[in-house]
Amino acid sequence: MSAPYAKLPAWADYGLIPVINLAVAFVVAGFVVLLVGENPFRAAAVLVEGAFGRGQGIAFTLFYATTFIFSGLSVAVAAHCGLFNIGGEGQGYIAGLGIGVVCLAFDSVLPWWLTFPLAIIAAAAMGALWALIPAYLQAKRGSHIVITTIMFNFIAASVMVYALVGFLKPANSMAPQTRTFLEGAQLPKLNWVIELFGAKIRSAPFNISFLLALAMAFLVWVLIWRTRLGYEMRTYGHSSKAARYAGISEARIIIIAMMISGALAGMMALNPTMGDQHNVALEFVSGAGFVGIAVALMGRLHPVGIVLAAILFGMLYQGGAELAFEMPAISRDMIVIIQGLVILFAGALEHMFRPYVQALFASLSPRSVGMEAIKGKGA
Amino acid sequence: MAQAAIELIGINKSFGAVRANRDINLEIVRGTIHGIVGENGAGKSTLMSILYGFYQADSGEIRVGGQPASIKTPNDAIALGIGMVHQHFMLVDNFTVLENVILGAESDALLKRSITKARSELERLEREYGLEVDPDAIIEELPVGLQQRVEILKALYRGAEILILDEPTGVLTPAEADHLFRILKQLKEQGKTIVLITHKLREIMAITDTVSVMRQGTMVATRETRKTTVEELAELMVGRRVLLRVEKGEAEAGDVKLAVKNLTVKDSRGVTMVDDISFDVRAGEIVGIAGVAGNGQSEMLEAISGIRRAVSGSVMLDGKPIDLTGAADPGELRDRGLAHVPEDRHHVGLVLAFEENENSILGYHDDERYLKGPFLDIDAIRNDARDKITKYDIRPADCRLKTANFSGGNQQKIVLAREMEQDPGVLIVGQPTRGVDVGAIEFIHKRLIAMRDQGKAVLVVSVELDEIRSLSDRILVMFAGRIVGERGPEATEGELGLLMAGVERQEAAE
Repeated sequence: MSAPYAKLPAWADYGLIPVINLAVAFVVAGFVVLLVGENPFRAAAVLVEGAFGRGQGIAFTLFYATTFIFSGLSVAVAAHCGLFNIGGEGQGYIAGLGIGVVCLAFDSVLPWWLTFPLAIIAAAAMGALWALIPAYLQAKRGSHIVITTIMFNFIAASVMVYALVGFLKPANSMAPQTRTFLEGAQLPKLNWVIELFGAKIRSAPFNISFLLALAMAFLVWVLIWRTRLGYEMRTYGHSSKAARYAGISEARIIIIAMMISGALAGMMALNPTMGDQHNVALEFVSGAGFVGIAVALMGRLHPVGIVLAAILFGMLYQGGAELAFEMPAISRDMIVIIQGLVILFAGALEHMFRPYVQALFASLSPRSVGMEAIKGKGA
Repeated sequence: MAQAAIELIGINKSFGAVRANRDINLEIVRGTIHGIVGENGAGKSTLMSILYGFYQADSGEIRVGGQPASIKTPNDAIALGIGMVHQHFMLVDNFTVLENVILGAESDALLKRSITKARSELERLEREYGLEVDPDAIIEELPVGLQQRVEILKALYRGAEILILDEPTGVLTPAEADHLFRILKQLKEQGKTIVLITHKLREIMAITDTVSVMRQGTMVATRETRKTTVEELAELMVGRRVLLRVEKGEAEAGDVKLAVKNLTVKDSRGVTMVDDISFDVRAGEIVGIAGVAGNGQSEMLEAISGIRRAVSGSVMLDGKPIDLTGAADPGELRDRGLAHVPEDRHHVGLVLAFEENENSILGYHDDERYLKGPFLDIDAIRNDARDKITKYDIRPADCRLKTANFSGGNQQKIVLAREMEQDPGVLIVGQPTRGVDVGAIEFIHKRLIAMRDQGKAVLVVSVELDEIRSLSDRILVMFAGRIVGERGPEATEGELGLLMAGVERQEAAE
């Protein structure tokens, strides 16, 4: 009797429980909407309609989701190694510096498909570097990674202000941002893919970095579950003692995991800069690094879950913007409340409904929940 | 005359799909010592947790002193005169004995009155039951036996008439255990009722009046202790006949395979835990390290396997020296043929969240058999795991199952299979059968002896004296970080017990 609760079938564990959590989050959010005097059903309809109703909405939803996939993966990689990288925001922000330098240098000479790989490398390298310092401090000095990465968010913000009001800014501009990138550093849009299905899009920033995000999700899956490095990271993440027993170097695995996490966080900067605004501006990350934490939790640290959760949060962003427009009583902060509720029920209270679901499954069919497994019959 | 102190009627309790207790009926007679035995996972602890209010039964009735009782929290249980002494003590280490005793039973905001009252009450309990302990001593400075006494005092202070003890002797020397039993008998004579949960059958025979046996969540039998035998109880527990004593031939010791030289280890606070010890283990023999838990055995094992850095000392593995003071790497020792089954399989030897097959390569995951370049060779790993499952009869035979879902015995087999199948020259094993059910113990012991007979050097550390005596070809006794004696397997329990308590050493010093 090693586990107090029986095992659930995978589909219930990874599908049903998140859906229940989500549903509860929306019910509670509905009450909040009711409280401000609006009709929650109409609000929900506007939200979903705004996010998925038209091609335009879908494109924006996926645009937001792209950034969240990167930041969610970043959090997940560190989490599999038992590290809470709360510094995705800063790592993504500082990556803008690398992207800015690469794009400003090459956008007039190279085509986008050559600038893009260079920018990916620069973004990943800057993000990884920004994660390296807290990682080193954790590995060698025991400074807690949550504290250091959060502090590095502030340092990154200051560095970016310095860079954007200084050398990255065109000489005579008053705006703290780079000049607009030329075509050689503008990522092609993917809106046509949505239009293939018959939808119409006026203009939306949905771009090719979405494909990079999907590729990274696959690579993260390979890394975590199919490589020796991922095995070592998971071992350390579950039990540092077991890792020591297995001869895994603590310092090495912390540093590598954090650098990969930082590199993924860095890559999220590609989407808003090269894909949308075509410049690097102040605050362009705007909280996406923190949303990544919620996305990773909601996605149960699995790349597939993260992609789905990122799309959900993209929907909340896009649909929320529509909602704020359609129903003036509901401000943008309302969307933050809904996000907060999703995080609360999907993350913090993840296990709240689990015992009931398990009891239900147990009463329906004992075999499906691993009865045999638990009893273990003597030995 | 024979009045029931506690009656449990038709108790059922499920955790999800697991039925930990099924339709349990039990009557505990006032003024007796009632033993409950069963393998790990048989449901003993769940049943007692229901009685003590940690869990609620799904159905069934509890009667205390003939009256139906509703026990929803431990406070309800205490109010009904039920006290519990947990396997892992629930004491505040840096509080005094008195402070621990009154914890949760303070009478008002200021402590002065409670303390004065508790002091006189403790004196009374001391007089009545011979429970001597200095009320002003700090808990962490007391030996384990006395800490346990404080737990008993805590329960009695709260007016316990019925005392539940969960595996009380796990951490005690044989002498301390004897002392505990004397106290329990005294309590019984004063009319208290005692429920003793244990898996040690000899204790049951020594002290209880009645014994109930649990198996897989059901109560399979209740016997009068004097009318039953150890063999019968073991059979009832497991559901089949078991060999309680391992059969083995003479050892044929060969060359020295593992030589530990001048090993000194300190813990994180700088306290010397292992004090300059040296010993050899030869090919084809099992050397057992006996000792009460906490006398440096764990630290010694960790140092030899490279997990913990030693202050000084080295090992010779197959004649080649390895310094243990530097950055000794468990991986390197493993490559040189030292396999290690750690004491703490839950946190060290296994990753419970992993699938079984993932654990079957832990520590050997950089072996090229399991890799294709930087990638794991999933097929090779799973096939390898399936082979081990068959060979070691690991149940359930599913290499994709999460390790946490295996029973303790099967988890230990996963570790043993992994370490033994690497064909190491030296095998060191900490607590080979801790938390392992009787059936699996037999299997594990046979395997260890088979390793020995293949000419491996085997070092076994265990706090179970019976285990050490039945497995070992030579027994080393550790006390306070030193090896205080070496005996052959014919040494009596009394002799070893004295060594374990450090008695001989003190006499020698006088």
